[in-house]
Amino acid sequence: MTGSDSSVSIGFCCFEGEEPQINQQSTPAEITTPIIALKGASKSYGAVRASRNVSIELRAGEVRALAGENGAGKSTIVRMLAGVQRPDEGDVLVDGDVAAFHGPADARDVGVAVIYQEPTLFPDLSVAENVMMGRHPLGSGRRIDFRALNRTVKELLDRLGVKLDPEQPVKGLSIADQQIVEIAKALSFDARVLIMDEPTAALSGHEVERLFGVVRTLKERGAAVLFISHRLDEIFAICDTVTVLRDGEVTHDGRTADMDTDELVRRMVGRELSNLFPKLDAEIGQPVLKVERLTREGSFVDVSFEVRRGEIVALAGLVGAGRSEVARAIFGIDKPDAGTVTIDGVELKPGSPTQAMKAGIGLVPEDRRQQGLVMEMSIERNMGLTRLQALRNRLGVIGLGSEARNASDWATKLQLKFQKLSDPVGFLSGGNQQKVVLGKWLATGPKVLIIDEPTRGIDVGTKAEVHRLMSELAGDGLAVLMISSELPEVLGMADRVLVMHEGRIARELSRAEADEENVVRAATGQVAA
Amino acid sequence: MSEVKTRLARWETVTVFLLLVAILYGATTSGEDFLSGGNLNSILSDISEIAIIALPLTLIIVAAEIDLSVASVLGLTSAVMGYLWNHGWAMEMIIPAVLVMGALAGALNGVLVTRLGLPSLAVTIGTLAMYRGLAYVVLGDQAVADFPQQFTDWGFGTFAGTQIPNPFVLFIVLAIVFGVVLHMTGIGRSIFAMGANEEAARFSGIRVKRIKFWLFVVTGAMASLAGVVYAFRFASARADNGVGLELSVVAVVLLGGVSIFGGKGHLLGVICAMLLLGTLRNALTLNDVSAEVLTIVTGSLLLLSVLGPSVTARVREALRRGRGVDPPPTPTTT
Repeated sequence: MTGSDSSVSIGFCCFEGEEPQINQQSTPAEITTPIIALKGASKSYGAVRASRNVSIELRAGEVRALAGENGAGKSTIVRMLAGVQRPDEGDVLVDGDVAAFHGPADARDVGVAVIYQEPTLFPDLSVAENVMMGRHPLGSGRRIDFRALNRTVKELLDRLGVKLDPEQPVKGLSIADQQIVEIAKALSFDARVLIMDEPTAALSGHEVERLFGVVRTLKERGAAVLFISHRLDEIFAICDTVTVLRDGEVTHDGRTADMDTDELVRRMVGRELSNLFPKLDAEIGQPVLKVERLTREGSFVDVSFEVRRGEIVALAGLVGAGRSEVARAIFGIDKPDAGTVTIDGVELKPGSPTQAMKAGIGLVPEDRRQQGLVMEMSIERNMGLTRLQALRNRLGVIGLGSEARNASDWATKLQLKFQKLSDPVGFLSGGNQQKVVLGKWLATGPKVLIIDEPTRGIDVGTKAEVHRLMSELAGDGLAVLMISSELPEVLGMADRVLVMHEGRIARELSRAEADEENVVRAATGQVAA
Repeated sequence: MSEVKTRLARWETVTVFLLLVAILYGATTSGEDFLSGGNLNSILSDISEIAIIALPLTLIIVAAEIDLSVASVLGLTSAVMGYLWNHGWAMEMIIPAVLVMGALAGALNGVLVTRLGLPSLAVTIGTLAMYRGLAYVVLGDQAVADFPQQFTDWGFGTFAGTQIPNPFVLFIVLAIVFGVVLHMTGIGRSIFAMGANEEAARFSGIRVKRIKFWLFVVTGAMASLAGVVYAFRFASARADNGVGLELSVVAVVLLGGVSIFGGKGHLLGVICAMLLLGTLRNALTLNDVSAEVLTIVTGSLLLLSVLGPSVTARVREALRRGRGVDPPPTPTTT
């Protein structure tokens, strides 16, 4: 690791006063050959173009931010740099030469390490053992030489400037410290490039500072860092340069010091909002679902709102802002610590999905395969699961063919594409599986339908169908609470948008007020002007 | 055509086939003895307790839980019966009392599993030891053998002039009830759903914990009922009644094609498997095979039952792919 001083351009980029200095030093920084770079890289998954002609350069002693909305193509870039995927077109350059990564091991060999949001360590082993996993120094008789092991790791940690006891088990460490252990592990492989994929998502402010201290040390030691975060203030606090992505394309590549939050947000979202998902005007009636001061510790705090007949309310925000958790608490999957949920004025018993269901709530969950459906069960039985009581005949048994009739009704209404209703639901495509989940809840005749990520992972055609269906349902007087990470969906479908940030409703926007900038600002914790 | 082939490759079919082989083996090696009405009676009679306990255990295993304490509940029931009889209780009072006790024993399992979230395997290994220990505390090593004759006669007897033993008739009635519940009611659908994917079941508004709790309660009560049958059939109540029986019961359920991972199985398969186990053990006994070897046979069947379904599943998969006759339907949308 021999980082030239000239490449270290900015100490604390957020200090405006340092700007002239930066400009002076910027020239030498651009001359150095990037350690790793993508040049004109494109990558498609089926019909989806995840990356288009992307170029990005990571230089020694530079912290670069990768910014973009959910689905802008950040992960694809990480995967290409880490050797998990190869670009369809374009090249990966290592030290200026074209390199063909055949797998993550190739990337690791040239010094690329990825630190993920959730550390993947062995909780019962010590810090030192985790760092040197599989490469323990051996003493006589091929026993592990713990003294040498601890000494080596101590040196590594010292170089990072952190005080951590190598002999301590990982179990008791904070997530920030666990990430530092991951970083030490990467350094023990002589990593020159560190890719940090939302490392701060699970960290508190104090822990973020601790992590940033390590990142600064790394930078001074000449490592190249790629930093991914949804928190814009962090990008300005730690990064020298930023690459902004939108729909798989690089929309901006420059110094963080040369731009402000406003501009960054604009570059991230500046897409034309196509009218793909128009919600038809529906007569909005009385409030049906009322949530008051709902709190669940560690997930969300003091959440209050209501949804009226015929209305689609979107719960927007970043992944991890607590949106799905609110939905789970309303439906009774989790028990809230405080607050109430009422349907048509009747308060629900907390923590009982059965009660919530009886009161008229339906929940189309986020994870179709794990929560929405029993994959090995047939289509008809899955659709019947929410209506087991209604399907009983006079004798109390489920009559022959009653499930099939129930299912075929909804299959027709939802234009489900299937071969036999007795086929396992796992045989269907993602979009059709989603229709089955929708069907199983619509069959209960709900007053309130909560839909968590209505169109995640489904094809464009079915997506439009789902949106049309939601619009029709609202037209028929259903109250819909939609959670979505896709901004166009939020803006196109919602009558009102509630933006969550770190467990709280940060802002409520009417349909007229809601635009991409407003939503992204609120979601990233930028106080609205 | 292809449907027939996939059906043939189902594990339940293999069980039926094995049953026929066992019958053939018995018939050819022991001839008339084996096929006599009296021997058929003893085959069915011998598996009475296993069969009765296997019914609720099938439901428990389909729900992706397990209860290993059943044989100990059976033993505890026998011991309490003997104790109460010695203390002058009427048999008409003892039977409902021990059934309630069995239900309570099951309820303890259920509470530990559903309220404290402990794995049922660990919980019921614990109560397996505990309930058996209690049985010894209650009755010590004495045997109570002076039950009234009308009850022991019922245990030995056959149903209305047929060769079908009375306890097996009880089993048939119960089997119909359990079969209907598991395969034709909402509770049954819920059991399958939670066994295959507990989270999805919860997200469908199914009261997973409540159903599980009651499954344990019913299993306890049925194990107690089996204990009553056992005590009458052998006209003897001892604390060690039915030691190790849980192994046979689990073997029968798994051999019947119920997945140890939950969510799959059919009661008819389990019934075939219990007939298979009974027939095989009977035929071996007639051929003077020792009791130790019978245990080995039970153990081997248990292993076979765990291995078997995955093997047939692979065969089925291979058939589907190899012929290309019956590919998984590919949806038209993408």
